Order: sequence, then structure tokens, then C-alpha cells
Amino acid sequence: MGEILDKYKTVKPEDVKSWFKAAPISAFPKDGGACVKYKDLQIAVFNFERLGTWYACQNLSPEKQEMVLSRGMIGDHKGTPMVACPLHKKIFSLENGENLNGDLDAIATYPVKIDGENVYIGFSE
Amino acid sequence: MKKIIVVGNGMVGYKFCEKFVAKEGSENYKIIVFGEEPRPAYDRVHLSEFFENQDAKALEMAPRSWYKENNIELITNVRINDIHRAKKTITGANDNEYSYDYLVLATGSSAFVPPIKGSEKEGVFVYRTIEDLEGMLAYADKLNKEKSNARAAVLGGGLLGLEAGKAAMDMGLEPHIVEFAPKLMPRQLDSRSSQVLQLKLESIGLNIHLSKATNQILGDDHITGMEFGEDDKLDVDMLIISAGIRPRDELAKTCDLEMGTRGGIVVNNKMQTTDPDIFAIGEVALYNQMIYGLVAPGYDMAGIAVDQIMGEEESLMPAEIDMSTKLKLIGVDVASFGEPFMPASKGHSIIFENKTQYLYKRINVSLDGKSLLGGILVGDASDYSMLHQIYLNGMKIPEDPAQLILPAGDGGASFGDVMDLPDEAQVCSCESVTKGQICSAIESGEATDLAGVVSCTKAGTGCGGCKPMIADLTNSTLKSLGIVVKEGVCDHFEHSRQDLYKIIQVKGYTKFDEVLDNHGTGGHGCELCKPLVASLLASINADTANKEYAIQDSNDRYLANIQRNGTYSVVPRIPGGEITPDKLIALGQIAKKYDLYTKVTGGVRIDLFGATLNQLPVIWKELISHGFESGHAYGKSLRTVKTCVGSTWCRYGMDESVSFGIELENRYRGIRAPHKIKGGVSGCIRECAEARGKDFGLIAVDGGWNLYLGGNGGATPRHAELFAEQIDNDTVIKYIDRYLMFYMRTAKPLQRTAAWQDRLEGGMEYLKEVIIEDSLGIAKDLDNEMQTLVNKFECEWTQAINDPETMKRFNHFVNSEEEDDNLVFVPMRDQKMPEQWN
Ligand code: SRM
Ligand SMILES: Cc1cc2nc3c(=O)[nH]c(=O)nc-3n(C[C@H](O)[C@H](O)[C@H](O)COP(=O)(O)OP(=O)(O)OC[C@H]3O[C@@H](n4cnc5c(N)ncnc54)[C@H](O)[C@@H]3O)c2cc1C
Ligand code: SF4
Ligand code: FES
Repeated sequence: MGEILDKYKTVKPEDVKSWFKAAPISAFPKDGGACVKYKDLQIAVFNFERLGTWYACQNLSPEKQEMVLSRGMIGDHKGTPMVACPLHKKIFSLENGENLNGDLDAIATYPVKIDGENVYIGFSE
Repeated sequence: MKKIIVVGNGMVGYKFCEKFVAKEGSENYKIIVFGEEPRPAYDRVHLSEFFENQDAKALEMAPRSWYKENNIELITNVRINDIHRAKKTITGANDNEYSYDYLVLATGSSAFVPPIKGSEKEGVFVYRTIEDLEGMLAYADKLNKEKSNARAAVLGGGLLGLEAGKAAMDMGLEPHIVEFAPKLMPRQLDSRSSQVLQLKLESIGLNIHLSKATNQILGDDHITGMEFGEDDKLDVDMLIISAGIRPRDELAKTCDLEMGTRGGIVVNNKMQTTDPDIFAIGEVALYNQMIYGLVAPGYDMAGIAVDQIMGEEESLMPAEIDMSTKLKLIGVDVASFGEPFMPASKGHSIIFENKTQYLYKRINVSLDGKSLLGGILVGDASDYSMLHQIYLNGMKIPEDPAQLILPAGDGGASFGDVMDLPDEAQVCSCESVTKGQICSAIESGEATDLAGVVSCTKAGTGCGGCKPMIADLTNSTLKSLGIVVKEGVCDHFEHSRQDLYKIIQVKGYTKFDEVLDNHGTGGHGCELCKPLVASLLASINADTANKEYAIQDSNDRYLANIQRNGTYSVVPRIPGGEITPDKLIALGQIAKKYDLYTKVTGGVRIDLFGATLNQLPVIWKELISHGFESGHAYGKSLRTVKTCVGSTWCRYGMDESVSFGIELENRYRGIRAPHKIKGGVSGCIRECAEARGKDFGLIAVDGGWNLYLGGNGGATPRHAELFAEQIDNDTVIKYIDRYLMFYMRTAKPLQRTAAWQDRLEGGMEYLKEVIIEDSLGIAKDLDNEMQTLVNKFECEWTQAINDPETMKRFNHFVNSEEEDDNLVFVPMRDQKMPEQWN
């Protein structure tokens, strides 16, 4: 199982080499998320409308290694934008992937940009 | 360096060590402790908890490492046999000799076994140590394997005997209490209260035999029965003797210390025996001609002995010792304090009795009506702490003392605010913590909440009976300091659920953002407040979960229950459990087509597991075309109304339970509440629908339905309480409408009806006033609000499959038709299941 986790590595904005055109803005719920397929990766993308910001992270919950995070609820934990895993409510910072209510490993996060009507995710390859 | 030897590592021996090392100057002494039991001291008062989890560690007063850290040498598994006063030494079973400067005897007591023929037989136990309990558990286990209705008797109907009776019941044995006296708890209760207690205990399944003198124990090598007189026998498979205690004073005999005629080592008010260098404390000490079989006086004795050794001469044991007690038999409140029985020459008694509710309260008031002398509480001991304090501190009582025990609402005011107690009032008698110490822990900033107060004062860590009062003191002190005790639902709202309900209703909000922006603390919501507001909007506006799906709890968002591998289950509604063969076939065909794991649920309907997000709408489309609708298994809403077949078929049926169950299920389907709601309808008192385990339950009787409210399974099971008798269908509906609506308006988030009802001030009586008599004048509103919800019902799955916009929600990927490639199923018993988690 470890190997699936290894596929997900945080990409910093300055390391982006390619922008992947994921889907139109309208495919994502307001203040909610949806999942994007990129090669053999599953990326959760969130339209945090209240902040006017978009976030992306791995869809894989690190606790039980299930592909569910895009279906989680978003909001803030003491001011930090977060997503709560729908399985056991572990919460993760959308900014840096840190687990805010436990000591799970941080999840990988990815840069998102909006161009026209479309949502793009940044990868470093 | 002076040497102190403590013999006995029980609760009091341990407390001696704890109090000693807390003293300044204690580093000049070396302490050696001997314990005969194999493990360090444990909490005997809570011994019965061992039955629940068999976790001996959890009962430990302190781990072995604590003794080491405090420089105390703990030697367990060694019994001390001799004291040589002249040499000031002791010898243990291992024949080693140890010398002392001071000797502290804390050898406690053992269970008293009356001289009854046959008490040595296998299957006869006493109730004192962890080993005793292990023995009982193993024996009960063996009995339960051999037969299905094994019986256990307890000899002795006192405080401990009743606790043992409950333990027997929890071990799956049929419990019997055998008492010599003509009443239960003869030492604490008067005859009337004892009768009330007996009724209550019988109602929960204890069999009680009074005025029985046991002549002999029957059986060859193991017990098979008890014989009371010729022709008076009771068949039992196990016996727990709980007939009192005997002080373990053997050591005093070996060295000629003065002893009482009926045992116990005589001590003075310094806890010294007749040898001033030898102290005796706890249940072995005979003080004022008495053995005190309670832990609080033992702890006080330990403190006095510590002070005396440290040279604090003026620290003396008081002459009067408070013997107030509260029975901790789970589920039955019993307490007595001060002088429970009192001759009419000394004062007046006020008695309140209600046998139908198993309630008895008695207080004894001085002749001048000014002070409280003692009392007894059976059935509801919630006033115990306050009454006990009023008694202990000689506080003034109301002009009409009856107010102290009358139920609130019947002229009973909750008298006496905890803050009125004097600072010296001892709130926790086990740990001798005063009100002043508790309040100052908060005032000094050392503690900021209940947990903090408990950890820095130790209050509430003994028998735990004072916990509610500590909580009240903590909250009141915080309030007096201007610190707001937060009731808010999470960081984003300072309002309680009940307040948010009112706000949304009055302001007519329809969206989460409106509520958050106008009444939140800033921020963007979270996994606690979003689903909560979603549920409130649904309860008030009859919205379905489709309205604002991103604020719905994950299950509501996809109208299905997420399973551990991220797939979903599908539960169509089967009202009342009635289903046609055609529909059953349709379910089977759909399950087969999509390869879904199929099982009958605990709520007696059919659950299809393993559907992927993409499959959900397709499956539901097919189900709906066969006449099914959402079962709301994912919502905090009505689940099922379980029915028995009733008079439709059953030869005993008194009414049509299926028809009525279906009507009720269809009436309340879809409404959102603080937690899930379940109903049950049984056709007669045989109760095959388990209606009393449900939030609302009906049992058909001659002349109508009996309505029960507030039942619950789950981790804290509870039977629903009788609310109304012999009422007709329309009245049932009216009452349930009001009950559910009132619950939806006022409960805390995720609070089931049982927990809500338990915490409702005034309880069932209050509910009857609100629902039947309309004491709050809101009945019409409740009726109308419920009728609106009923009228507006829509199946959210039908809504979903008919709206292309909604259907987009059910794709695993937004940019691909593919499914989650991470899913792995493995075969199991001709079906499939998700691969195990590692
Ligand atoms: C499916 C089912 C087990 C089964 O295979 O039989 C089940 C499954 C779950 N139950 Fe249950 N309960 C099921 C009948 C029950 C029953 C029996 C009954 O209804 O008569 C009870 C005890 C009765 C009661 O509720 O008082 C029951 C008491 C609970 C509780 C404890 C509630 C409480 O008040 O303490 C929980 C936990 C909770 O809700 O917080 C729970 C929670 C759950 C959850 C939601 C746990 C979870 O978060 O995944 C499970 C959902 C699985 C799913 O996808 O459906 N389930 N659960 C049963 C569905 C019945 C149905 O047809 O809808
Ligand atoms: C099931 C149960 C429930 C109870 N519930 C309550 C309650 O609700 N409230 C309450 O106030 N009280 C309650 N009690 C009573 C309370 O537990 C006792 O008052 C308390 O434990 C007395 O402490 P102790 O240290 O004097 O005696 P013990 O706890 O009996 O400790 C004495 C220790 O000394 C050891 N010992 C004896 N002789 C020797 C020797 N010669 N050498 C070495 N070691 C020796 C014994 O093995 C024992 O470990 C309950 C008791 C039981 C059994
Ligand atoms: S009892 Fe526990 S494991 Fe079983 S269905 Fe209910 S929640 Fe799940
Ligand atoms: S699997 Fe995500 S929190 Fe448990």
C-alpha cells in the first residue's frame, strides 16, 4: 500500500513545470470539492468560494488509504482552510496538507490556477 | 533516617503513603510497604467495574513506578505474620525480619463468612478482591456454557450485596438476593424506602428473598442450592457471600495490642493503638467502638496518622464521623445521610413517596424546623449532594422544608445554590476537598475547566459521587469571574443548537452562508456546524439534503452511507417491514445485476452494499421504477418503524400493528432531527417489535395503544418510558407529532431522544405537561410545524435522478467516466466484501 502514497508529492508553486487542464469551473461545487484524474493519480480539487481560493490535494486519505478526500467537507480550523475526511473526520490543512487533529503524515498539495472558465492543476513534471 | 513500615497496601494504606510523601520533611523517612495481594493497591470501591472490562490496571491507585519515584519500597505478595514490639521488628511469611520506628497497620478487613454448613463448596465466593472476581467470572462462564438459565444468589441484601446482585445479573446469571432481615439495606433504609427499592430492583430483574436464614448450602462438591428451613429451598448454581466484614486484626493478637470484643484494633483519636509507635487505620481500626466500613473515614484516619508521625499533635480524628452513603448500583439511585431513622421525639419527618415511579424521599428536620438532621433518597438521588451539604454544614433550610424534596414544578424549588455553601464545606469527602479549594483552583487560574479542577484538587477521584457538584461549582465560579461557559456548537458559532433553531426560524434564513455571516464568529464553518445548520434548515423549512449539498454531512451529500472502502450502501424504505414478493424479487435482481453484497439490516430492511459513486443514481433509478423510495438510512432522520405482524395474522394480536406502523413511517419519513429516530409498534404486550427500545414505541392493549417515549439501543441502551395509556390512533399521532417537534426544537446536536429526555428538567412529568396539557402554549405551533413537514415530504432520490445538475455529483471523476481504480474486493460466502484494512 505504501507505494500508492509515494505517488503523491507536494508540488510548490515555484516548481510547477506543467499545468494540467482539469475541468471547467462549473464542474466543481461551491465550497466543496470534486476529484480529477491525472495519469494514474487522483487529485481532489476544492472551490473554496468563501475565500475566493482554489485548493488541490491528493484524494487518498492517509489514514486508511481510501480515495475519498474530494468528498470531504471543507471549512476552517482555527482560521486554517481545511478538509475533513468523510470516513473518520481527520482534518487536513488545504494550505500545506498537515493533519490538524492527529499525527498522520501530511497529505500532498498541488497549486491550482484558474484561466478563463477552466481549472488547472500544477505538476512538477 | 527513621523507618516507617506500613502493613497492608489497600486503599487506606496507599492513601497513607500519598499523604505522607506530600508532607514537607518526608524525605527524612524511609517507608516500606507490605501487601499480601499480588498487585499494588487498587480502588476497591469501584471493584465492580472490573466486570465490565477486566482491566485491573484501570483500577490501580498508582502504578508501581509511583512508589519508586517517591522512594517507597513496595513489597507485594508477602504477608506479615508477626510483630515483635520489644525489638520493634516484624517478620514476614518469608521469615525476613524488618525493623521500624513507626508501624502502621492498614490491614483492612475480609469478607465475613457466616458459619453455614457447606460454605466451602465449589461455586461459593466472597466479594472483596480482584482474584475473587476473576474466580466468579470463570465460574459463571463455565455455568453459562453448561446451561442457559444458571442462577446466582447473593447472601446479604446490604449495600455490597446489591452491588454483587447486579454483578451476577451482568454475568448473565439469574440473580437472587437472600437477606436475613425483613428488609433490604437494613442499616441504611427504613421499611418504606426499603420496599420502594425492592419494587424497583424487582422491576429490573432481581429476585428478592427476605427474612431467610440460611441453614446449609446444598450440593456434593459444588453448590446446587440453599436450604432455609425444611421444605424451603432455593436452587442455585453459584453463591456470593456478602454478609458483612471482619477486621483483619490477626497481627494485634500476636503482640497483645488491645482489641475490641468483636474484633478490631482499638485506637485513640491520634490513631495510635495501645503501643504509641503502632498506628492502625482504615477498616481494621476500632475507633469509638466502631469499625467504619467506608473509605472516606479511612482516608481521614490516614491523614491523622501522617500528621501525628510528623509531630502535628493537634491533628485529631473528630468524634463524629459522617456515615452518609450513596449506592452506586448502576441504574438505581439510593442514598442516606445523617440520621436516616429518627425517633419522633427528636424531630419531624417529611416523606414523599410515589411507588409507580419507584420514588421515595424522606428528610428529618429538627423540632424547631430550622435544621436538617438526615434523610433517605430512593429512586432519585440527584438532590443528595446538596442535601448532604446542607446537613453537614448546618445550613439554613427553607421555611417549608418540603421544598427540599418536592419535584420541581410541584412547589419544589431547586433550593440552595452551590455557591451558598461555606468555603469550608467538604464537597469531596473521599479526598477531603472543600468548596473553597475548588473555587480557588479556578480563581487562581490553576484550572480553567472541570477536568483541570479534578486533576489539580483530586476532588471527585474517589467514589465520584460529588462530581455533579464539582461541575456546578466550576461553572458558577467561572461565571462569577465573567468567564463565559461556552455552549456554542463549535468555534464558528457561540450559540447553542436551540438558539440557532430560533434564530433561523425567526429570521427565515434558507442558506448556510446567511446564518454564518450574520451570527457566526467569522471564519468559514467546519464539519460540525455545516451539517448542523443543514439539519436545522431541513427541520424548519422542510428542505431536502439536495438543497445545499456541500454543507451536508458526507452521507447526506451523496444520499447514501459511505462504507469503509469509500463505496456506498443502498437502503430503500420498506415501511413497517412489509414487502410484496414482487418488490423482493426486484431488490434481488437489482442486487444481482450490480453485484451488491446483500444483507437484512438490524432495522429489518434490506441493505445493498458496495455501490460506487457512479452506480448510485443508476441503481436508484431502477429501484424507483419498481416503486421504492429513499430509506434515509444516511440521514439524521426517521429510519424505520419496526412492526410485528399484529392482529392481521397473529392469534394474540390486539390491533393492526403493521397498518399503524406503515402509517407512522410514512408520516415521519424524511424529517430531519438532531439525531436519527426509530419507532416500533407491537400488537400486544409480548412486544415482538421491541417497541420499547425505540424513540417512540406503541403496544396495543385492550382499549387502545400504550405510548412509550425515549427508548434507545446503542452504547447506552434504555427502555422507553410509558407516556400515555389506552389512547386511540389520532391521539397517538398528535402526541408523537408534538414530542418529535419539541425534541427537534430543543435537543443538543447529535442527542438522541433518550439522552435529551433524561436531561430535561422535570423529566416525563414535564413532557406530559407540555404535550398533553399544553403548559407552554406551543402545542398548536408544534402541530402545525409537523404538519408542514409531513405535507412537504419529497423523496430526495427521486428529486436527484430527475435533475441533471444533481446527477453530476455522482461521478468519481469530474474529467473522466472511469471509476475509482483503487477499489479491491475479495470474495466471501458467495458474495463480495472490501479488502481488509491493514
Ligand atoms: C446497516 C446497519 C447494520 C446492519 O447491517 O444491520 C447499521 C449500520 C450503521 N449504524 Fe447502526 N445500523 C443498523 C441498525 C442499528 C440498530 C438496530 C435498529 O435500528 O433496531 C441500532 C440500535 C437501535 C438504536 O438506534 O437505538 C443501531 C445503533 C447505531 C448507533 C448507536 C446510536 C445511539 O443512539 O447510541 C450508531 C452510532 C451513531 O448513530 O452515532 C450507529 C451507526 C451506524 C453507522 C451509521 C455507522 C457508520 O457511521 O458507518 C452504520 C451505517 C452503515 C450503513 O451504511 O448502513 N448505529 N444501528 C443497520 C441499519 C438499519 C436500517 O435498516 O437502517
Ligand atoms: C465491592 C466493594 C464495594 C465497596 N463500595 C464502597 C463504597 O461505595 N463506598 C465506600 O466508602 N466504601 C466502599 N467499600 C469499602 C471500601 O472498599 C473499604 O472501606 C476500603 O477499601 C478500606 O480500605 P483499607 O485499606 O482499610 O482495607 P483494604 O482495602 O481491604 O486493604 C487492606 C490490604 O491489606 C492486606 N493485608 C491484610 N493483612 C495483611 C498482612 N498481614 N500482611 C500484608 N498485607 C495484609 C490485604 O490483603 C489488603 O490488600 C466497598 C468495598 C467493596 C469490597
Ligand atoms: S455495530 Fe458498529 S460495526 Fe456494526 S454496523 Fe453498527 S456501527 Fe458498524
Ligand atoms: S480513512 Fe480518512 S480519516 Fe479514517
